[in-house]
Amino acid sequence: MPQVTLTVNGKSASVDVEARTLLVELLREKLGMTGTHVGCDTSQCGACVVHVDGVSVKSCTMLAVQAEGTSVTTIEGIAAADGTLHPMQEMFREHHALQCGFCTPGMVMSAIDLVNSNPQGLSQDEIRHGLEGNLCRCTGYHNIVKAIDAAQGIMHAPAAE
Amino acid sequence: MYDFAYEKPASLADAVAALGHEDAKVIAGGMTLIPVLKQRLNKPSVVVDLSGLGMTGITVTDESVIIGAMTTHATVAASAAVKRAIPALATLAGLIGDKEVRHRGTIGGSLANNDPAADYPSAALALGATINTNTRSINADDYFQGMFTTALEAGEVITSVVFPIPAKAAYVKFKNPASRYAMVGVFVAKGPAGVRVTITGAGQNGVFRHIGFEHALAAKWSADSLTGVATSQDDLNSDIHASAEYRAHLCNVVAKRAVAAAG
Repeated sequence: MPQVTLTVNGKSASVDVEARTLLVELLREKLGMTGTHVGCDTSQCGACVVHVDGVSVKSCTMLAVQAEGTSVTTIEGIAAADGTLHPMQEMFREHHALQCGFCTPGMVMSAIDLVNSNPQGLSQDEIRHGLEGNLCRCTGYHNIVKAIDAAQGIMHAPAAE
Repeated sequence: MYDFAYEKPASLADAVAALGHEDAKVIAGGMTLIPVLKQRLNKPSVVVDLSGLGMTGITVTDESVIIGAMTTHATVAASAAVKRAIPALATLAGLIGDKEVRHRGTIGGSLANNDPAADYPSAALALGATINTNTRSINADDYFQGMFTTALEAGEVITSVVFPIPAKAAYVKFKNPASRYAMVGVFVAKGPAGVRVTITGAGQNGVFRHIGFEHALAAKWSADSLTGVATSQDDLNSDIHASAEYRAHLCNVVAKRAVAAAG
């Protein structure tokens, strides 16, 4: 049985998996980190988005063995050690960007990557296009876009002296 | 998903050896293979992961853009060098799937799979690209051989793709709003291979050249030249997303938009 060694939210883990084990299954079933959700399981909905070496991917469409040697960040790994929410999480709360919350982990992880990779800033239209890979069945996206728009201002703000 | 053995070779020679197993399959980005395995539509004995071989990166010369087979769509879409040399190619890469798919999916995987609605085949055929493998170089004209069918032999691995730089080119895609695959995608190019118009998403046999559009544009490069030029419905797809009649209509509409975009 293959063994995968990777870093998840800063902690090293070595896990025995089947070759067919998906990254999301490793996270949820082997490591007990159930913040990452499986919605469609067909690479459409984006509820399973995590960061692998800093870029957003759909963890339902990546084999665990393909994550060998990588650094994975999940929704559990973005708040500060003292529990202070990541600005994206905080703005999702502030702007009521979730209703049932099922899509939220993927939305937040996708949005963080979107904002990080666009330091020049994004228009609301660009944010909507950037969320092509994430589906929400409750809120109709409007508050999600508002939250991301607000969060980019905080994330790109010059660090306080 | 049925289980399989997994190998991640460190050299092309080892990859070819691993592909010698009966029912071995290559995984590049896995954006098609993993969904296919989930549906149990394929049952490989061994999955051979090419991600340890390098084969990534983009080189631009005076005449061409050379892209390593394992280069992701996101890398091509964001490449300043590609945007300068063949902006249509960067645009095309940025229209594939969504950004998470573009972070994993590769040009080599797309061309090896030759999905009838994939985007890259239209660029390769329109620009007269050369597909380099571990054993030879294949001209795009000989490479695409019908839906999910290519000139690749068993155990043959794409290593890079060479796109000649055209004078003008553009890609416009009419997306299926759910899957984002092309219902009709049109790549127009005026380049070393002449005036070419290729259509993806519409044909039952995958990407094809639209000779009627090519003749009209060779006579005069203008969107108006395409007015009234017909598209045969005979070999077009007809499914729940669009009838053959509608796809034939879209070919003309989308081709006009592409010519206008190419300038």
